[in-house]
Amino acid sequence: MTTATRWEPVIGLEVHVHLATSSKMFCRCEARFGAPPNTLVCPVCTSQPGTLPVLNAEALRRGVLAGLALGCTIDPHTKFDRKNYFYPDLPKGYQISQFDRPLCRDGRFRYRMPDGADREATIVRAHLEEDSGKIIHPEGMDLSLVDLNRAGTPLLEIVSGPDLHSPEEAMAYLQELRRTLRAVGAGDCDMEKGGFRCDANVSLRPAGTETLGTRTETKNLNSFKFVAGALQAEIERQGAVLDGGGEVVQQTMAYDPVSGRTRPLRGKEDAHDYRYFPEPDLPEFRVDPAWVETLRASLPELPHDRHARYTGELGLSAGDADALVAERELGDYFEAAVAITGRPKETANWLLTEVLRLVNERKIALGELALGPERLAELVQLVDAGGVSVQAGRRLATEMEVRPDATAAALAEELDLVQVSDDGALRALVDEVVGQETDVVERYRGGNAGLLNALLGSVMKASRGKADPKAARELLLETLGPAGDG
Amino acid sequence: MLSATAIAARVRSGEFDPQEVTEAAIRRLEARDPQVHAYLDPDLERARRCADAVAETLRRGEDPGRLAGVPVSLKDNMAVEGATLTAGSRILEGYRAPYTSHVAQRLLAEGAVLLGRTNLDEFAMGASTENSAYGPSRNPWDRDRVPGGSSGGSAAAVAAGIVPVALGSETGGSIRQPAALCGVTGFKPTYGAVSRHGLVAFGSSLDVIGPIACHAEDAALVHDVIAGHDPRDATTWTGERPSALTERADLEGLRIGIPEEFLDDAVDARVLERVSAAIAQLEEGGAITRVVPKGSLPSMHLAIPVYYLVACSEASSNLARFDGIRYGPAREEAAELHERYAATRAGLFGPEVRRRILLGTFSLSAGYADAWYKKALQVRRLILDEFRALFADYDLLAGPTSPFGAFKIGERSKDPYAMYLCDLLTAPACLAGLPSVSVPCGLARKGAYKGLPVGLSLTGPAGHDHKVLAAARAYEAVRGAPERSPLQEDEA
Ligand SMILES: [Zn+2]
Repeated sequence: MTTATRWEPVIGLEVHVHLATSSKMFCRCEARFGAPPNTLVCPVCTSQPGTLPVLNAEALRRGVLAGLALGCTIDPHTKFDRKNYFYPDLPKGYQISQFDRPLCRDGRFRYRMPDGADREATIVRAHLEEDSGKIIHPEGMDLSLVDLNRAGTPLLEIVSGPDLHSPEEAMAYLQELRRTLRAVGAGDCDMEKGGFRCDANVSLRPAGTETLGTRTETKNLNSFKFVAGALQAEIERQGAVLDGGGEVVQQTMAYDPVSGRTRPLRGKEDAHDYRYFPEPDLPEFRVDPAWVETLRASLPELPHDRHARYTGELGLSAGDADALVAERELGDYFEAAVAITGRPKETANWLLTEVLRLVNERKIALGELALGPERLAELVQLVDAGGVSVQAGRRLATEMEVRPDATAAALAEELDLVQVSDDGALRALVDEVVGQETDVVERYRGGNAGLLNALLGSVMKASRGKADPKAARELLLETLGPAGDG
Repeated sequence: MLSATAIAARVRSGEFDPQEVTEAAIRRLEARDPQVHAYLDPDLERARRCADAVAETLRRGEDPGRLAGVPVSLKDNMAVEGATLTAGSRILEGYRAPYTSHVAQRLLAEGAVLLGRTNLDEFAMGASTENSAYGPSRNPWDRDRVPGGSSGGSAAAVAAGIVPVALGSETGGSIRQPAALCGVTGFKPTYGAVSRHGLVAFGSSLDVIGPIACHAEDAALVHDVIAGHDPRDATTWTGERPSALTERADLEGLRIGIPEEFLDDAVDARVLERVSAAIAQLEEGGAITRVVPKGSLPSMHLAIPVYYLVACSEASSNLARFDGIRYGPAREEAAELHERYAATRAGLFGPEVRRRILLGTFSLSAGYADAWYKKALQVRRLILDEFRALFADYDLLAGPTSPFGAFKIGERSKDPYAMYLCDLLTAPACLAGLPSVSVPCGLARKGAYKGLPVGLSLTGPAGHDHKVLAAARAYEAVRGAPERSPLQEDEA
């Protein structure tokens, strides 16, 4: 038996998500990434003596939305606690967090594996807390600087059960989590800006058993790549320890992406007694269940459900469905367009190729395109009805983007893109090509059936893309007969 | 010295010039403060600017407000933008507040003249001002004695007749006990009646700001001004808040209970004598007084340990921000981060503050929190319930404010537990969040505190601040104006 088959990994993830609020959690400072250091601060978030926290209702609302999307129960009575520890990026010397009454608990969250299989993870809890500031170590200088712009920005910490059994499952869970949180508007989950950070608890147990081994916690994994690398490294490290007859020590680990290894974090960070106690500045508060139900009713269709509907009811490929649910805006655009066209596959195809091409070329957001879902629907319908060829349709898409005033049909007319399916005109084009490409025609007649496509290409070219390919193909066959009949 | 009420009325009517009123207060401060050290920063220029603003408002024909031209001093743990805010500690030496507290904003909005910031025990931890890093204040009745604490500077400033009213803050007795020891009125409002915004935190679930005044009416006036909901303090009350000033001041038919637990053996006999006389005066005024037999407050004997566990636990967290990185001079010699914290905190916090941080940290620590902090919360709840039950039968509870009169400087400072006993009779109402006033009820006739003031405490149910203050006004009316300290006698 190899290490990999002898031991089963047990993984639980703690994810810190920045809630997408415009201001901080307990003061009115702007919550924004990228401002010059210490410009988004006030007496509260720099913890001047005598200041008090006031809860930002928007943070609570987005926390509830996230909890509902994760299938959690929202505690109608909740409270904040102080988590005490000293660190220069923590200006109060304590973090306002939630200890024994988290806002959200006992969730069940379905996620999809790359092969399409459905899995479920339990969500033990999700609680609100404030973020710390940032420590900057300027290069070549023997000092550290503190930037408090991030201090006090709202976070939701989402703790999964020990339900993930491979790095692949962990990655699929994280990706579904990110999609879902973005879809409900809880957070942007922008990893580069620290908006989605992960700590991984890992233990191993003999395959086929239900016991739980000693776990380690690997901290501060701030990219999907690092999570995958750290999990793999830690599983291998623990496997080697156990294979050698050793015991895994419960400790906090750090992942070094350069060496691809995990190593124990030494020092005092490892031995915290956080001395949690109820935050006296924020009284226990009630989360109105009726309000929670209003929020539940306002939840959009979740990416996981959307994907199932796209591949089921709408008959889309798993790949197309993946692409459409990756971003909520894309799925919403698709929904709006397909509601008009009634043709899911074609609509998805045009959206994922031409519309995304325009987005990339123009470097703008989907919502900023002049070619909105209604106009894409016009285009899809025009192609579908044989008004323009697919090839002409591509050009038309580009033209529609720069000519927001004109309809697809009017532009096709104006640009002379209307498909030639008229028998006489098409026959003249076919005759022209057959007359010119005598060499190809001869080989086709000699039995090379594949050359029909080459001849069709020539017809299309001669029509400058306007010929109806289906009608042209039929005319070619009628003119030349089946291959090899010569 | 005139009352705040009288000064405001005369400034509003044009009879008094606010700048002259202020200059007179400044003269009193300059003459008397060297004898009592009530002030950490007199900040006379700020007072003059306030007076100018009031004068300007009057020139425009507008009303400066209910405290027009009244000099008011703040305990030096309440923020005023640009002013010092030492909280009596070295760690905040040189610090200037970047914003103004709610109470100071309210005072300024009603035309008050902010005159200086008063001395206190470091971070309000103490009952004598001897824990101030800047030296103790002295009692205007006997300068070898303490004024009480932690709001001792405010009580001394009022008792010395420098200002008619000052603000104090209370966590376990810090308004009422110095008021009692200095022979003035001190009112601790219901927890949450006054915003803590801008008050340097000690025990957040206990801290409250209230007035210390020569006259009960002035305490009611200032409480009316500073109380009320503040969206910046989530623990402030949002409900209706009747005026403490317009509530009828009448003792007739008032049911006043005197729980035997308030007449503890630790209470000095001569203090008890004055308080008994005061209770007789209440009765003469029409109140129905009853001694409640022992057993109505069975958990009260635990109030001191419970108070110290709760307040110190919260303080250990509240004071964590003073880590030498943003406050206090950095100790560059410390090579490692935690050494630096330790060097700063050991070097700049006084021994009592360090003791309480250690006590609070221990009480919250893993393995100990269940036995100490959590147990204390449970007993706190019991004390609250016991008070509630008493208020089913009584409108107010009466007793001595402090077990003893003003003690000598140095008398209790060597023994922390002797000092903690100062809170014996005040801590219970703090734990229960109840409104409570200490009114002067005469001077001790004999014994260790002969000739020194004694305070009568009146405590009401939560939210009945107006009733407690009305009773204090009624008592003062029955008894007559309180005795003046020798420092005020010069005035004539
Ligand atoms: Zn802020």
